[in-house]
Amino acid sequence: MDLSYGPHYEEFREEVRSFLADHAGSAPRGEHIRSEKTLAWQHLLIENGYAARTIPREYGGYGAAPDILESRIIAEEFAAARVSSGLGGQGISMLVPTLLEMGTQEQKTTFIPPTLRGEMLWCQGYSEPGAGSDLASLSTRAELDGDEWVINGQKIWTSTAHIADWMFCLVRTEPDAPKHQGISFLLLRMDTPGIEVRPLVDMTGAANFNETFFTDVRVPKDQIVGRRGEGWLVANAILGHERDSLGDPNVMLSRFNALTELMKTETLGGERLIDHPVFRDRLMQIQGRVMALSYNDLRLLSAKVNAADARLARMIVKLQGTELRHDLEGLAVDAMGELGLAYGDNPYLRDHGSWQSQYMFYLGLIIGGGTSQIQKNIISERGLGMPKEPKYEKQA
Amino acid sequence: MEFGLSEEQTLLQDSLNGFLDANCPLDRVRRFAEEPVAADLHSGLAELGVFGLLVPEEAGGVGLGCFEAALVAEALGSHTAPCAFLGSAVMAPLALTLAGNEPTDTLSRLATGELTVGVAVAEFVGARADGGITADGETLSGKALSVLDFDAQAYLVADAAGSTYLVDAGAPGVFAEALPTIDKTRRTGALTLNGAPAQLICDDPDVLARVIDAGRVMLAADTLGAAQNMLDQAVEYAMQREQFNRPIGSFQAVKHMCAEMAASLEPCRAMVWYASHALDDLPAEASLCACHAKAHLSEVGKFVAKTATEVHGGMGFTDLLGLHYWFKRIGYNRQMLGAPELLREQAARLQGLCA
Repeated sequence: MDLSYGPHYEEFREEVRSFLADHAGSAPRGEHIRSEKTLAWQHLLIENGYAARTIPREYGGYGAAPDILESRIIAEEFAAARVSSGLGGQGISMLVPTLLEMGTQEQKTTFIPPTLRGEMLWCQGYSEPGAGSDLASLSTRAELDGDEWVINGQKIWTSTAHIADWMFCLVRTEPDAPKHQGISFLLLRMDTPGIEVRPLVDMTGAANFNETFFTDVRVPKDQIVGRRGEGWLVANAILGHERDSLGDPNVMLSRFNALTELMKTETLGGERLIDHPVFRDRLMQIQGRVMALSYNDLRLLSAKVNAADARLARMIVKLQGTELRHDLEGLAVDAMGELGLAYGDNPYLRDHGSWQSQYMFYLGLIIGGGTSQIQKNIISERGLGMPKEPKYEKQA
Repeated sequence: MEFGLSEEQTLLQDSLNGFLDANCPLDRVRRFAEEPVAADLHSGLAELGVFGLLVPEEAGGVGLGCFEAALVAEALGSHTAPCAFLGSAVMAPLALTLAGNEPTDTLSRLATGELTVGVAVAEFVGARADGGITADGETLSGKALSVLDFDAQAYLVADAAGSTYLVDAGAPGVFAEALPTIDKTRRTGALTLNGAPAQLICDDPDVLARVIDAGRVMLAADTLGAAQNMLDQAVEYAMQREQFNRPIGSFQAVKHMCAEMAASLEPCRAMVWYASHALDDLPAEASLCACHAKAHLSEVGKFVAKTATEVHGGMGFTDLLGLHYWFKRIGYNRQMLGAPELLREQAARLQGLCA
């Protein structure tokens, strides 16, 4: 048992802190992702190795050797200082790592640098109305016509499609092959003729999702990652990245602290909510769960550093993390009673209405990125070695 | 940076599990339930050095920490081992060491397993029914309920003010009465003290609180082991048992129950590691961690105990399968040394969240 990072890393932590002390003032706070301030901050972060840290220099990254504890320290210090840690999004978090593994040299040099700089925004075209949990049954098809793919079909849940420059998507190119082997991974410009994006308003009232329609959309033949029919392999590498990144314990801890503050401030019948034994007990139940998941995260960090096996501990993070956040945000709503319903520009809104909107938003995350039920299939099949559900035969 | 078991710690746990696999199968547990004698297991654990873990080397012990002790507790819980451990191997040596004025002879006798100590602190944690202990000079009077590791030569007794005493089981004015509980793998009872002579170990309630923290983490670790074993049994059963021409484990209704158990139990492992490590090395966090670890493990343990039993269907309800020994053990761990509600209230108090 050794929870210290060691002197080398503490030195590194000091470097990060001194960078933050000098530059935090120029960090964006809620500005648009296309704003000059955001782009300048991203540039500064990459230059100093606090964004795109391990991406090779030839592709516009900082080029440091991967080091889990350095990355963790950067995340910790930026979170503690409440300073933007740079751009995220599906391009940077999902497409870049995939191109690094599977892309051609030309794809890497063309797409990675502007993506890292925030000049090329991406959306992901995976899910379809008829292909959600069973993603591999997707039916948007692409046929080769000369030097171009011709795409027809529909995608759904395409976050940020309305502002993205490009999309990476899965399409069926080999209709006669078994479903997992008939898919290809294409890259396409969002201003290509034949693409129509319609906003999809979610239960929080926001429209971050879209439906995206393709009618004879023509895409150059070489904008494929991997070979024809290999798209499923490419996509699975990316889904791994997405699941890893959900349920950040730093964010969870700060949300828990905010909830505690709320319950110390808000009153019921003149009595602070924290002095109400039932709500206090519920808060403590949540704290116990938050602690358990934070220590689980510490175990995962240690397992990465020491190359130890923690497969099951990793597999449960998405399920447990999203369910816990939903419950945590929901406790705030419950504790505030009638005022927990406040929304929009209601003057009784607390913390900018984040409790109610996060409560609903996390229900979305319980469903998105592999539903809780799919997570349970993964945990029981890959984690516990239990058998798959037998195939369902359609009655004639 | 390493958050996990060292090679030596893995070895310790492996050797314990090896010993218990060989010497404490379910049949052995059943025999204890009929006739509560476990001298064979006690001497085996003593040979493995379990009782000396927390005793300093100069007193003949191994001088390790609560982290190692929690690994032992986990193995014992996994096997529902009917061994005295909590009092003799953890709480008594810790009380004597923390008190500072080491009666070395007592510690040495603890280290070899020669001296066994029961734990009578429920009246300090929260007195129930007619429980209550008062001190008068060098003697104690009153009743101590829910005494853990009851078949012992001496008892660690707390009075209401938080002083800790050692009382000899054979001393005049000590009346011991075994009380049956649902958990037949543990011996439990009540002590009636009528001016019984007592050796004051420490009058600092903070020392007693630290000893109880350690006891709570050990019960949490015991639940971790027991719940993991129930989950393993449930998965194995679900893969063998066939209905509708297929293993029931291929039904999502059943395998999702298993996934839910694994998902809530897996973080508990890290929580027990952290809480037991905090007892050794992070004094500022230790008490809060102990409260939360025991409360959280109790909740998860309760869920796993119920769900794993359900996966076994009607067989889970029978004595034939013996699954109920784990179910009851987890239930026992939950209630002893503070049930979840009490622990969460204490956690809130420790953080200044109570008016």
